[in-house]
Amino acid sequence: MASSLSPGTSASQAIELRQVTKQFRTPTGGVYTALRDLSLSIRPGEFCAVVGPTGSGKSTTLSLISGLDHPTRGEALVMGQPVEGISPHVGFVFQTDAVFPWRSVLGNVEAGPLYRGTHRREAERKARDWITRVGLAGFEDRYPHQLSGGMRKRVSLAQTLINEPQILLMDEPFSALDVQTRVLMGNELLNLWSTTSASVVFVTHDLEEAIALADRVVVLTAGPATVKGIYTIDLPRPRNVSEIRFNPRFVELYHEIWEDLRSEVMISYERSLQESR
Amino acid sequence: MSVPFKNLDSVPAPALDVDLSALGELRGSSVRRRVVVNTLRVLFLVILIGGWELGARAKIIDPFFWGQPSGIWAQIVTWVTEGTAQGPLWKQIAATLQEAVYGFLIGVVLGVIFGVVLGTNRFLADILGPFIKAANSIPRVVLGSVFVIGMGFGIESKVALAVVLVFFIVFFNAFQGVREVDRDIIANARILGASRRQLTTSVILPAALTWIIASLHTSFSFALVGAVVGEYLGALEGMGLMIQTAQANFNNNGVFAALVILAVLALTAEALITWLENRLIRWRPNMTTEGTL
Repeated sequence: MASSLSPGTSASQAIELRQVTKQFRTPTGGVYTALRDLSLSIRPGEFCAVVGPTGSGKSTTLSLISGLDHPTRGEALVMGQPVEGISPHVGFVFQTDAVFPWRSVLGNVEAGPLYRGTHRREAERKARDWITRVGLAGFEDRYPHQLSGGMRKRVSLAQTLINEPQILLMDEPFSALDVQTRVLMGNELLNLWSTTSASVVFVTHDLEEAIALADRVVVLTAGPATVKGIYTIDLPRPRNVSEIRFNPRFVELYHEIWEDLRSEVMISYERSLQESR
Repeated sequence: MSVPFKNLDSVPAPALDVDLSALGELRGSSVRRRVVVNTLRVLFLVILIGGWELGARAKIIDPFFWGQPSGIWAQIVTWVTEGTAQGPLWKQIAATLQEAVYGFLIGVVLGVIFGVVLGTNRFLADILGPFIKAANSIPRVVLGSVFVIGMGFGIESKVALAVVLVFFIVFFNAFQGVREVDRDIIANARILGASRRQLTTSVILPAALTWIIASLHTSFSFALVGAVVGEYLGALEGMGLMIQTAQANFNNNGVFAALVILAVLALTAEALITWLENRLIRWRPNMTTEGTL
């Protein structure tokens, strides 16, 4: 099952995690192991979804790839290079609203190019283009609090994609949205992604969302996380996120992956019960 | 390239199609409420001051010890028309205001700088933390005596006292504000490409600004306290000196009259700061004004 790991061919991989272990010190002085000997590689242009029970170290995996954090042991490589600090090739969409509330939509979207030294006029031109692409034309001067949750997500997508990342990391980006908006955003994400050559790592706890969006689904074990299984999603593209779940192959894949995921979810649930006792 | 985002979420803009008659009704009831509130406010003031005046005239309250509104008013009129014992009134006000404003500005700038530096540098904060706590726990007004002896009767000692009073308020707020900045927003800015400097100027400062500006409201009154107490302890001019002179002459109406003038100054400054706040933090969701003071 977990056979598609092929370390050693680093140059051809967009992202590679080699036997990474990540430990945190807990406030009580103990050591908490979030990831243990996790190996994973993601091809250029691939859309990879990572699912696992809550607290299974999915977000930690992303922070190691992004350079926001470092592995305790093991190695993280992006585009064949070891991750040292934040790579300019990486984009990150957060679960929470990480847009700047004191900046307008335009100010938020042009932030990336401005930080990276693009000329103000050029940055604004690019930002207006991206605002149109995510369907927010006419809202340039609004502040985030004046927008709906879905619109704020579009702002963060435009803000991230304007930097043209080759690696797009997404940490449960749509989990705070209502179900209809989530499906809509899924479709729009796929549309945007199809115009880029970016590799996507999409973390979610929603297996349905994972299968609908991804080329491959990686199942993590209950913490300390390691790879339990990798599934190739051989559903045709372009896909319609709201309809693909009626596809018989989708149902088959869902059953197969859920069998794998269920036991991990149960372990995680039992543990949380014990902790709260 | 195609436009992938065609259908927007159901709410294109904050609702504008409001039922006009309902709006009119709402506005009518809010106008009525405002009239009632203001009438009751005036009534409250009339009862308070009227009661004081009547009590003083009926000798229930001894005006020699506790003053009398008509006497306070007469004192203000005298100061305006004939000047104070140490020169024209406007010069005293100007002296005190100058000290307070200098102290306020210097205190705010220092407070913000120290707050941001220590807020972003955990190591430094750990080293200096106990000293700042100790400095904050001493009654700083006493430092006024130190400054008057060390710096003399001029403006410096008053400014110094105002700075010390303002600094800690602004510092603690700026420090807290920096600490409270959302970690995801910081991570987002870093990934978007912000350098350390850009992170401070374009993320941490604006995020902490709500906290900093909130501290300005209280800190200007503290700047005034610093200036007045400094003058009281030793000065050649200013409102504090007027208060001291009045006290020495057992002129309680004079002390109250100076207090009234200081209150007007403080309220004017407060209005200015509120105006500045509304301009600087325009991005904040509008808060309902009902129920605020």
